[in-house]
Amino acid sequence: MGRYVVRRLLQMVPVFIGTTFLIFVMVYAVGDPVNAMFGDRAPDPATAAQLRAEFNLDKPLWQQYGLYMGKIFSGDFGNAFNGQPVTELMATAFPLTIRLTLVAVVIEIIVGLVLGVLTGLRRGRPVDSGVLMLTLVVISVPTFVTGTVFQYLLGVRWGLIAPAVSPAAPLGQLLLPGLVLALVSLAYVTRLTRTSIAENSRADYVRTAVAKGLPRRRVTVRHLLRNSLIPVVTFLGTDVGTLMAGALVTERIFNIHGVGFQLWQGIVRQNSPTVVGFVTVLVIVFLLANLLVDLLYAVLDPRIRYV
Amino acid sequence: MSLLEVRDLHVEFHTRDGVAKAVNGVDCGVEAGETLAVLGESGSGKSVTAQAIMGILDTPPGRITGGEIVFQGRDLLTLPGQERRRIRGAKMAMIFQDALSALNPVLSVGYQLAEMFRVHQGASRKEARAKAVELMERVRIPAARQRVGDYPHQFSGGMRQRIMIAMALALEPDLIIADEPTTALDVTVQAQVMELLADLQREFNMGLILITHDLGVVADVADRIAVMYAGRIVETAPVKELYKAPAHPYTKGLLDSIPRLDQKGGQLDVIRGMPPNLQQIPPGCAYNPRCPMARAVCRRDEPPLYEVSALRASACHFWEEMCDAR
Repeated sequence: MGRYVVRRLLQMVPVFIGTTFLIFVMVYAVGDPVNAMFGDRAPDPATAAQLRAEFNLDKPLWQQYGLYMGKIFSGDFGNAFNGQPVTELMATAFPLTIRLTLVAVVIEIIVGLVLGVLTGLRRGRPVDSGVLMLTLVVISVPTFVTGTVFQYLLGVRWGLIAPAVSPAAPLGQLLLPGLVLALVSLAYVTRLTRTSIAENSRADYVRTAVAKGLPRRRVTVRHLLRNSLIPVVTFLGTDVGTLMAGALVTERIFNIHGVGFQLWQGIVRQNSPTVVGFVTVLVIVFLLANLLVDLLYAVLDPRIRYV
Repeated sequence: MSLLEVRDLHVEFHTRDGVAKAVNGVDCGVEAGETLAVLGESGSGKSVTAQAIMGILDTPPGRITGGEIVFQGRDLLTLPGQERRRIRGAKMAMIFQDALSALNPVLSVGYQLAEMFRVHQGASRKEARAKAVELMERVRIPAARQRVGDYPHQFSGGMRQRIMIAMALALEPDLIIADEPTTALDVTVQAQVMELLADLQREFNMGLILITHDLGVVADVADRIAVMYAGRIVETAPVKELYKAPAHPYTKGLLDSIPRLDQKGGQLDVIRGMPPNLQQIPPGCAYNPRCPMARAVCRRDEPPLYEVSALRASACHFWEEMCDAR
């Protein structure tokens, strides 16, 4: 187990280098950040050259990457072009997004599992077909549509909730954005759980549990659901990373100044240190989430061993 | 009063291709302390009968369309679900064929054993755990205390089946239904497991329904045999009498198809043809297309279960001929 974790952590190194280098190349290949700083005006060549030297932009790309990574590991993610350190942006953005993501994941787990179990046990009945249809609709409608529609109806038209989230972002205000963010994944969790439950509900050990005279709820939760969770957990693990990055649209709609919002700002303003810095952290989050999922397997299924 | 009386049980399966009649009027009974072996090919309805008695039939597609299952004086088919559930596991228990798939792979065997006491007796976690260890010792699992937290896949096939047996015995039920309990095991282990089951049955004076297609196993442990074919019991008899003089051509066919030590060389007599499709059971006697004795009447009239003697019955028009032939 310990050796397995160490090996997995070591495997992350090349993945980490590969992904961050790609992002670095893409961001720096797209445009000239120094030009971008000056907006519409052409910069004074001398100033531009000085800035290039300051940001190491006059060096070859691989060297730039090396220098950048070196700085990152000493905790210096560079400054955004407005002079604010990127780490400062992260310190405000990540807690917000993590909170939003947590709200979304909790909604996904509770609603998705309940719907999945319900439909999985009633395959082919009206409840099942209804929910299945609904998940299809949810999956096909993009988040910016559901987000704005909910915001308009609940927030503006009926005034049930605040249409935008305040900077403090209390939990109550994050419920709707969390739901919007969760919606598509929620549909997937429902479908995954449904399939898994339906498949396992005919398993011999479920029949044994019934033959033992256990109450229905116990058969479903302890025996059936417990065995059906593995694919769902896999999905949820990778989804945490996707949600954090994918909060971009939701955060824009509800004016939450989280990771997605900052990333978007960084891209629009060609603010390279912000983009690369945030993405780097997201890569790490994603990799760690995946490792966590792999370790969770052993908890869910004792037949899985790590060597 | 018998421990269990099944009367005229009918079970159908509704599938997309039509209705399969899996059980067509089964009558049988078991007394306390008695072992009834139910013998038959795959698809003869023996497992479905067992599932109907236990109340674990998959409904749908299965449906009990008629009959009574009287257990300790109560008709189980008319009992409300809650009461039926309380009987399952506590008063009657089932041992399944393949313990590896019948035990839950993600729960420790200790948990699965303890669950019986926790649910049916409201025992505390600690009490239930202690009783689980006791049970494991009773079915002779070595180092039970150390192994109580292990998972099913960590045990050998024989040990797993012992755990299955322990689970069925947990609440000292009055009736045990064992559905081919040894089919998935090595021959040497089979004997051990059967012996254990027979010992425990004697100890607790339980009724045992042993479903099998292994004639060897039956001869050793059963008191009475019921032979099933196409969802009906075609012959019942005490073991010794049935082996000595079968009163139904199907039983005779089964016995003749066993290789014997004292008859070397020569061809082994086998039953020709296939068991009938349960969606199209032939008219008359279901066995007539395969029966060497079949005559016109067999294709026309379904034979009732004739009483051969006080303890024997045969569903063959020509049972007397069968007996005279000896």
